[in-house]
Amino acid sequence: MKIKAKVKGDAVAVKMLINHVMETGRRKDESGELIPAHYIKEVVAKHQDAVVFSAHLGTAVSKDPYLSFKFKGGASGESISVTWVDSKGETETKESVIK
Amino acid sequence: MTAATAKLVGKNVVNRRYFLTRLSQGAACLAAVASFPRLVFAQWNEGAFGAKELEQAIAERYPELTIEDSDAITLKVPAIAENGAVVPVTVKTDMADVSSISLFVEKNPTPLSASFYLTPGSVAEVSVRLRMGETSNLVALVEAGGKLYRAQQEVKVTIGGCGG
Repeated sequence: MKIKAKVKGDAVAVKMLINHVMETGRRKDESGELIPAHYIKEVVAKHQDAVVFSAHLGTAVSKDPYLSFKFKGGASGESISVTWVDSKGETETKESVIK
Repeated sequence: MTAATAKLVGKNVVNRRYFLTRLSQGAACLAAVASFPRLVFAQWNEGAFGAKELEQAIAERYPELTIEDSDAITLKVPAIAENGAVVPVTVKTDMADVSSISLFVEKNPTPLSASFYLTPGSVAEVSVRLRMGETSNLVALVEAGGKLYRAQQEVKVTIGGCGG
């Protein structure tokens, strides 16, 4: 997962790119078997331990999801962390510093 | 739990009600641990994400709100998407008190694509990339001050995003 957080005017713009297959459960493999669904369901972003943004995703979100949001009250040098959880219970958390 | 129960049996202090209470507490505890980790205060909405029709998805997601069309919502989507697998979508609004933004692709097998939960510190501007199986309306709903506002736009898809 890549996170870029940057002060823009009076807000912080956060962009993230998550590596994930985002399988819909509707695709078939070469032998014609359905590939089971496997997709990110929840994303939570925290600024200094306070939740500033969260999202529930469905299977229509593209492979390797890109998300961006903005919030006020953040400053350069402070930390942002993003956690996602997918439909199999797999999870990843990453921290980044606001530029 | 078994060890604790055995210990209690050994001490002869187990009566039936106490035992059953402890048993149910233990079961509840196990169920909580066994369920998938959950991060967001609101629960991932099975009914809304699973709904196959737009109206049903909206009703499941926002059961108590009526929709008002609004031109205070800016919905930025391509008029023509060359690749339905990656359609960039941006929603923003200057409305105050925005608590959530949800995106629906009317003709996708399950229209609800994503729901974003904003906080009082949020600026109501979110972007995401979505899959679109075919040419369809993209509907953005903004929940603000206990009301629901809508903006929508058609996106023409030349190569669908739901196939192989």
